[in-house]
Amino acid sequence: MSSHVTPTEKPGWGFSIGTVSLLVGAVALGALVIAANAADPMMAAHAWLFFFLTVGGLLVTGLWAGARNGRNPFDPAFYEDTIVKFGVAASMFWGIAGFLVGLIIALQLSFPGLFYFPELGWTNFGRLRPLHTSAVIFAFGGNVLIATSFYVVQRTCRTRLAGGMWPWFVFWGYNLFIVIAGTGYLLGVTQSKEYAEPEWYADLWLTIVWVAYLLVFLGTLWKRKEPHIYVANWFYLSFIVTIAMLHIVNNLSIPVTLTGSKSYQLFGGVQDALTQWWYGHNAVGFFLTTGFLAIMYYFIPKKVNRPVYSYRLSIVHFWSLIFIYIWAGPHHLHYTALPQWAQTLGMVFSIMLWMPSWGGMINGVMTLSGAWDKLRTDPVVRMMIVALAFYGMSTFEGPLMSVRAVNSLSHYTEWGIAHVHSGSMGWVGFISFGALYCLTPWLWKRKALFSTALVEWHFWLATLGILFYIVAMYVAGITEGFMWRAYNEFGFLEYSFIETVKAKHIMYIIRVTGGALYLIGALIMAYNLVRTALGHGEARDAEAVPAQGPAQSPALQPAE
Amino acid sequence: MYTTLSSFAQTWGLGLFIMMFLVALVYALWPANSETFRKAAHQPLVDKDPLDD
Repeated sequence: MSSHVTPTEKPGWGFSIGTVSLLVGAVALGALVIAANAADPMMAAHAWLFFFLTVGGLLVTGLWAGARNGRNPFDPAFYEDTIVKFGVAASMFWGIAGFLVGLIIALQLSFPGLFYFPELGWTNFGRLRPLHTSAVIFAFGGNVLIATSFYVVQRTCRTRLAGGMWPWFVFWGYNLFIVIAGTGYLLGVTQSKEYAEPEWYADLWLTIVWVAYLLVFLGTLWKRKEPHIYVANWFYLSFIVTIAMLHIVNNLSIPVTLTGSKSYQLFGGVQDALTQWWYGHNAVGFFLTTGFLAIMYYFIPKKVNRPVYSYRLSIVHFWSLIFIYIWAGPHHLHYTALPQWAQTLGMVFSIMLWMPSWGGMINGVMTLSGAWDKLRTDPVVRMMIVALAFYGMSTFEGPLMSVRAVNSLSHYTEWGIAHVHSGSMGWVGFISFGALYCLTPWLWKRKALFSTALVEWHFWLATLGILFYIVAMYVAGITEGFMWRAYNEFGFLEYSFIETVKAKHIMYIIRVTGGALYLIGALIMAYNLVRTALGHGEARDAEAVPAQGPAQSPALQPAE
Repeated sequence: MYTTLSSFAQTWGLGLFIMMFLVALVYALWPANSETFRKAAHQPLVDKDPLDD
């Protein structure tokens, strides 16, 4: 902050503000036209939502960026941290919303009579389930990734975020997509593709937002002051590029009418299924894995103040994930109309993923070399290392489940639910919580978190919650898997379907307990982060510390 | 069309991808790059503002 120069002239109506306003204004007008001519009530509702949110967003951000009193909101002497603060808040909000909906649908499965409202269609499990998955993956996970990527790329490139107003378009545009997607599920708008449920107009909007995200990220890399592009940025870039490709190809569809919500897929039959799971598995690979590995490669070294254990390994880790992950999708289609060679290909590449996944996990854990005591003293570090343990467990289990013989037992059972939740609650959840616990004191320039004791509570409640959840679902899954394939001495199925449901009822109730513990942990976290931002408790006396991060080694101070 | 594409993918395509991966591997293990990587491993620990030198 030493050599910062205050701009003498008022920056005024810049190029980026003009182009963003033009684009958002055009979308608002288009939404108004569609709202007036909507072919179905869902489209009318969404067109109005688009209209009001884009106009509202235009007014609010326009006023903010209006540079009143000579204030330059795009001052190149500072990092763009305000947007990261918004991202932290949005992540916490969507996380709690997503966990809460998860708890509700777990309760619906346990006590179907208690949560059955035939007159309120939107409360149906079928509507709420995609709301849960999209809220936790895309709303919570997506906001964590956008916020951390904007933070990390600026620090490691030592330059302000490129594009002026465009990063704000990315943030608000992405959250508008979330609102459209979420309300759509409740209204019954869906193209029935798992994790790609939003209809054509929401997909188009997300495409625009995502291309803007890519350009902002590339623009920041382009004007970097560090010659080497740090490995976390490679991971973020692979996430952004691959999601763009997956999203566009998997959502190729033709709307029935431009004023209606319904569309039909371009591909049909087994081609559509393969495209869907090429998308679905790489959403796991490049959204839930490489994006969050980028968090690992920045936040763990930063938090424990140690260099990356092996930078060479990080490069090998990156390129082997890139070359292998993209082929693993067909393992979702074992014993289907998909040709068997394609199933085998998916299985073989899944097994090959063992090595890079474990290499990356070891690289993250070993970064603690010389700072192992932090596992005991710092619950935030412990949270991130437990995240890596879950990453290791679920990337060991995934290849195992991709083997056709194992898949014949595990597929369609609760085993799959256990697997994805050890990955999502354990790996993605914990590494995100760790990043948010790091970012809040750094961004609001606080000495520490409001309360370390509350982090301990969060850690233990959430860990216990995950264990309740996954153990219950493993037992339920293997039980029902074996019940489904049991024959009696006459060659008939031993159990009716309802008998398998009765057998896992108690496991469903244990799962509810686990989910409730996880949600309580997240509520404690939100409270802790708010008090930290306000500078209460242990977070007081902020001015005594430099801009970011706790203890730094003196040798690394900027030499001026 | 299908036969042409699949035979290309199983021969030249496969070879191309293996070569590309080997290039990445050689880059990662090339001895002259070790100093760059040593510095890069410390990159998250550096605290500088955009205009600092």
